[in-house]
Amino acid sequence: MAQLTHIRNFSIVAHIDHGKSTLADRLIQMTGTVAARDMKAQLLDSMDIERERGITIKANSVRIEYPAKDGETYILNLIDTPGHVDFAYEVSRSMQAVEGSLLVVDASQGVEAQTLANVYQALDADHEIVPVLNKVDLPAADCDRVAEQIEDVIGIDATDAIQISAKTGVGIPDVLEAIVQRLPCPEGERDAPLKAMLVDSWYDPYLGVVVMIRVMDGVIKKGDEIRMMQTDAKYRIDKLAVLRPKMEDIAELGPGEIGILTASIKQVRDTKVGDTITHDKKRTAEALPGFAPSVPVVFCGLFPVDNAEFEDLRDAIEKLALNDASFSFEMETSAALGFGFRCGFLGLLHLEVIRDRIEREYQIELITTAPSVVYHVHMKDGTMAELHNPADMPDMTLIDHLEEPRIKATIMVPDEYLGDVLKLCQERRGIQIDLTYAGSRAMTVYDLPLNEVVFDFYDRLKSVTKGYASFDYQMEGYREDHLVKMQVLVNEEPVDALSIMVHRDRAEQRGRAMCEKLKELIPRHMFKIPIQAAIGGRVIARETLSAMRKDVTAKCYGGDATRKKKLLEKQKAGKKKMRQFGKVDIPQEAFISALKMDG
Amino acid sequence: MTRLGLYIHWPYCQAKCPYCDFNSHVVRSIDMDAWADAYLSEIKQLSEITEGRVLSSVFFGGGTPSLMSRDLVARVMDAIRSAWPIANDWEVTLEANPTSVEADRFAAYRMAGVNRISMGAQALNDTDLRRLGRLHTVAEARDAFAVARDAFDRVSFDLIYARQDQSLAAWEDELGQALEMSIDHLSLYQLTIEPGTAFGDRFAKGGLAGLPDEDLAADMYELTQRMCNAAGMPAYEVSNHARPGAESQHNLIYWTGADYIGIGPGAHGRLTLGGKRYATVSESAPVQWLSMVSKSDLSPTSWDVLSADDQISEALMMGLRLNSGVALERLAQLGADLDDRIAPLVEAGFLKVDDQALQTTSEGRIMLNAVLRELIAG
Ligand SMILES: Nc1nc2c(ncn2[C@@H]2O[C@H](COP(=O)(O)OP(=O)(O)OP(=O)(O)O)[C@@H](O)[C@H]2O)c(=O)[nH]1
Ligand SMILES: C[S@@+](CC[C@H](N)C(=O)[O-])C[C@H]1O[C@@H](n2cnc3c(N)ncnc32)[C@H](O)[C@@H]1O
Ligand code: SF4
Ligand SMILES: [Mg+2]
Repeated sequence: MAQLTHIRNFSIVAHIDHGKSTLADRLIQMTGTVAARDMKAQLLDSMDIERERGITIKANSVRIEYPAKDGETYILNLIDTPGHVDFAYEVSRSMQAVEGSLLVVDASQGVEAQTLANVYQALDADHEIVPVLNKVDLPAADCDRVAEQIEDVIGIDATDAIQISAKTGVGIPDVLEAIVQRLPCPEGERDAPLKAMLVDSWYDPYLGVVVMIRVMDGVIKKGDEIRMMQTDAKYRIDKLAVLRPKMEDIAELGPGEIGILTASIKQVRDTKVGDTITHDKKRTAEALPGFAPSVPVVFCGLFPVDNAEFEDLRDAIEKLALNDASFSFEMETSAALGFGFRCGFLGLLHLEVIRDRIEREYQIELITTAPSVVYHVHMKDGTMAELHNPADMPDMTLIDHLEEPRIKATIMVPDEYLGDVLKLCQERRGIQIDLTYAGSRAMTVYDLPLNEVVFDFYDRLKSVTKGYASFDYQMEGYREDHLVKMQVLVNEEPVDALSIMVHRDRAEQRGRAMCEKLKELIPRHMFKIPIQAAIGGRVIARETLSAMRKDVTAKCYGGDATRKKKLLEKQKAGKKKMRQFGKVDIPQEAFISALKMDG
Repeated sequence: MTRLGLYIHWPYCQAKCPYCDFNSHVVRSIDMDAWADAYLSEIKQLSEITEGRVLSSVFFGGGTPSLMSRDLVARVMDAIRSAWPIANDWEVTLEANPTSVEADRFAAYRMAGVNRISMGAQALNDTDLRRLGRLHTVAEARDAFAVARDAFDRVSFDLIYARQDQSLAAWEDELGQALEMSIDHLSLYQLTIEPGTAFGDRFAKGGLAGLPDEDLAADMYELTQRMCNAAGMPAYEVSNHARPGAESQHNLIYWTGADYIGIGPGAHGRLTLGGKRYATVSESAPVQWLSMVSKSDLSPTSWDVLSADDQISEALMMGLRLNSGVALERLAQLGADLDDRIAPLVEAGFLKVDDQALQTTSEGRIMLNAVLRELIAG
């Protein structure tokens, strides 16, 4: 059993790529938690998609033991968090389970937009914060300047910032000492009734539903009868373990400790992150406040390419939602696409990640419809309806006005790129709120329509600033504007899955861009295909995809008949990966790609 | 009974061309006698199975059959003549590479009974021949062609076009020369990048720049049709051109769905026996094939029965390559029910039907794969 005074719980937070996961590697390695031969870079990024993209998507916790200079051994529970803004919910959730944060700042880059966003969250969670300046091995590292920036921009004391290189290992012992010396130990009553926070849950093919908990009060043991207070579900614990990062069984978890449990949980809905777990017989009087729910801001339809896979898709989506509280879904039907789900995400990267995971982890091929934000439709009769899907837009004559969600975006950028950034924000109907400088970096705050940001703003921002800008945003409520529904007609037939809402003044430009994109994305057919964008009945942009001109096999003799048959079958299978709209086959990737704008 | 052809596969070449995915291999030495024995043994086998049928064509294909020794070709031809009754006007074609060494053997092949040569000229400029990995020059090809013309009445040659960096004008010029040189038959293939070849690998890695896009390839194809028509050598098949009456009888067997025996490594056959149509395919590794043939208890060839659906799709895939199309009678015999699929394609101008045959229009032929995707169920 661990003594409260000998436990430290903390999260590692930073802007994207500032080295959180690499720092976690060094902490794991230097404390001998994982044998040298099992060590690999960004060890905690265990999903294929995390390793491929080199980013953290899921927060991951690991328990390490550290013999400190004071001769005592401490238990450290660290949570490595994602940096990308789309996964901010993972960070805020993780922070509720710990008492302190290591704030990592890349000393060659300085404070960036998510550095700020994460610090504010940590302060909100009453965390003790230890600033860590990373990548001091890089020639461009400038610790003094960055320390000053932390004080100026964030307003926290950086005199004791620890200078490290997570890559070479320089400074890691100081980090370990600071964790013990500077971060507070958890509080809690061992003898009080059990009160544990349900921090995370996921589906494991062997173990079923796995739940991660942080014990606040009381002691939890294998075999205990527990009750989830919000969902009122009752279970008996089968397994109790800590993550090192492999599961290691443990007899009990006391106050301040973090671990996982399994309890033959059948109902995925029973595990709700933020819920309070207590003993069934001896319940705690007061539940924890829970987590503020995350609000999905981007919606799109996910449909199985093969309609027969609808039930498999349901299963996959339910399991993924278990692991990702920020993702929502409900059933949807479409005339052209059959049965599927309307899903909500925190951003486009989030959407891509979920789609990728369904395709890979559950081997279901998907069609993704045009993403949309949620509009408020105010009807003439005074009622208001939320519009998640442009296809559901009511008759214009019944509508009084439309409102769209706005965001407050914070962008930090070296001043030489400022002009390009302002131009981009202006093009996207932004209204500048603030502009300040910290050294040669500018920080600008914009009020922007979410609709203009969701699809490709981040990509565009990266490209106009050669990757030097950083970006973070918060929702800022709804505002009325001149919004219209733009339809796309392929071969004279409207394709609902490509309908989007757009500002009247931007409609023509977007319509033209979409038609051009679709012309590239749709393969040539045996006939020429007009591609049009229209508002109401009025065509505002038009392209023509010319007819296929040649598709014939040059040689075909006696031995080729068999081969040719196989080729034809392959081509037919390729066609199945597309969806038919009238006589036209549209490849599945077209639905999202068509919305990305190049300029 | 339908017509019967015999295909003999010879699997060796002097060098492997980077675009080629035929069953062809390069070896240091070849035991010509062992090959003769093997072919003879297979001829005996197959003639027993097809007893009573008249042979109307033989095709030595490869690989490079012009590497076969004089004696080997003579022994095989003798065996064929004694194994089957031979049609009076039978066609015996041998594929040849245009080098002097091979041309030296032409007269002997003629003596053995070969009466037609199909020569792989491939290009009429030396730079492109090198890029295609060919061992001969244009001058050598022209010499070999002259030798062939002396020895044989019927000589055809092959060109590969739509090559890297080839312009429409350059092809126009080259095709003009080819038409001047030609006698009565030409095969004009657009370069196909086949997976598993050296070109295929380079292409997959993003290499092989300068290949024509679809529009240029289509322009080249259409130009080819125009020039050949004007020269009196219209296409009778997608890539084959002939003066009327000079069509390759052997290849017509494939495209009209007649019967053919396949002998040799990787050879395919189609045979109608006892009311069923069989597809045969032989072991493709040459040494393996040889050893299987030499063992009395092992056959190098497997046999499959083709279903009616398979036969219908083959009839369409092969027959629609021909100007003359697929005989309606044949489709009817196979129980094909295609009217609903044919009608829109006729409407769109890709197919035409008269009381004899279903045919592609010139618009349909250049897009045959797309037409077939619509036409063949599945
Ligand atoms: N030179 C140098 N590179 C480092 C150091 N620490 C991390 N990196 C590199 O920086 C990149 C990002 O590191 P990660 O540890 O994945 O960053 P992260 O903060 O976890 O990134 P996200 O999870 O995507 O937000 C990787 O290429 C690391 O190898 C360091 O101290 N020095
Ligand atoms: C069996 S090969 C020829 C035999 C002979 N060895 C030769 O190369 O001359 C038949 C013909 O197919 C053509 N051919 C082979 N591979 C090709 C490809 N990848 N694309 C287009 N035509 C090809 C060539 O014109 C070749 O002459
Ligand atoms: S093209 Fe002819 S010579 Fe070249 S490898 Fe193929 S069969 Fe042999
Ligand atoms: Mg990371």
